Amino acid sequence: MPTVSMAVNGKDVSGEVEGRTLLVEFIRKNLRLTGTHVGCDTSQCGACVVHVNGRSVKSCTMLAVEAEGATVTTLEGLVKDGKMHPMQEAFRDQHGLQCGFCTPGMVMSTIDLLRVNPDPSEAEIRDWLEGNICRCTGYHNIVKAVQQVASGDAA
Amino acid sequence: MYSFEYHNPASQKEAEELLASTDNPSLLAGGQTLLPALKHRLAEPSDLIDLKGIDGLSGIREENGAIVIGAATTHCEVSESELVAKRIPALAKLAGGIGDQQVRHRGTIGGSVANNDPAADYPAGCVGLGATIRTNRREMGADNFFVDLFETALGEDEMILAVSFPIPDQAAYIKFPNPASRYALVGVMLSKTGGDVRVAITGAGSSGVFRDSHIETALSKDFSVDAIDGSGVDEAEISADIHASAEYRKHLIGEMARRAVEAASGS
Repeated sequence: MPTVSMAVNGKDVSGEVEGRTLLVEFIRKNLRLTGTHVGCDTSQCGACVVHVNGRSVKSCTMLAVEAEGATVTTLEGLVKDGKMHPMQEAFRDQHGLQCGFCTPGMVMSTIDLLRVNPDPSEAEIRDWLEGNICRCTGYHNIVKAVQQVASGDAA
Repeated sequence: MYSFEYHNPASQKEAEELLASTDNPSLLAGGQTLLPALKHRLAEPSDLIDLKGIDGLSGIREENGAIVIGAATTHCEVSESELVAKRIPALAKLAGGIGDQQVRHRGTIGGSVANNDPAADYPAGCVGLGATIRTNRREMGADNFFVDLFETALGEDEMILAVSFPIPDQAAYIKFPNPASRYALVGVMLSKTGGDVRVAITGAGSSGVFRDSHIETALSKDFSVDAIDGSGVDEAEISADIHASAEYRKHLIGEMARRAVEAASGS
């Protein structure tokens, strides 16, 4: 079985995987980082979004071996010194979730949005969220959470 | 997903040797279509040959009046390229409208072209701009490359290296996306270079991408929105499914073509 090595949330990790092991399986089963969710497993819903080399990707549609040597950030890697990331704070402030299942992917995806577009319009936020599905239909407050972080205002 | 051997060759030569020496290999680029297909057990390759480690297979450059895009270049890289935005803005727009942002971070032009999904954007981009597909064996015009649904002229030992797009005088890509999947119900890539007009349609052909010669002829005589009186394609040649009837798709071809002329004229 191939061995794969990568840096996850600042820590060098390696493990034995099959060629067909998905990145999300490696993250959840080998590393026991269960903050990254599997919703649809068909690259539609975005619950599994993580950052690979700084860009948001769907970890259910990438093989673990494709992340060899990569830098990966999951939801767990956002907390610094016990403090939540501003996007996580904003989701709490704006009640940007109902059941919370899609939230890890929403947070990782929208952090990537603000990386490339620090001041997005509402339309740009909604367009970016094309790849993240919330079945509680909570998009309105998710958009408000992104706007809160972009504007730099706390609620 | 069935089990397979994963290979990560460092050179084109090594990839070619793997293609020749393995039973039933499949080339892996961004994997945004291949991995979902494997999950559904629609294919059972013995070996996956990852192309992303090969030097020189990704990148965008200008070469003799054309924009040349390496096969492993992602949709995001094409959509964000200043060179593409300057020379063929319609192509940057096309790439920026594929799937969603996470898919665009992984999916590649080579993978999309080789897959030839009948509702994908790049086949229309290639045919509508008169692109040339460069492989490790030969160069092929896009008109001859796309054969049928999910079928191309690629041989078993062949891999795409780059796609070369001649820079047009004017071009525009307009699509009517399925609101759920964002695949094109109908997408039209239109280009004009001198007196030569190309109009390529994706999403509608029952054999995949095609050129609408009726609209091309009309626009060659008069490059204006009013010159288009609808698609000349027989409804029997147009696909129909739960998302849209052939009649509706045919209507959309004319409408998207008119919008493309308007957009191309404004650029």
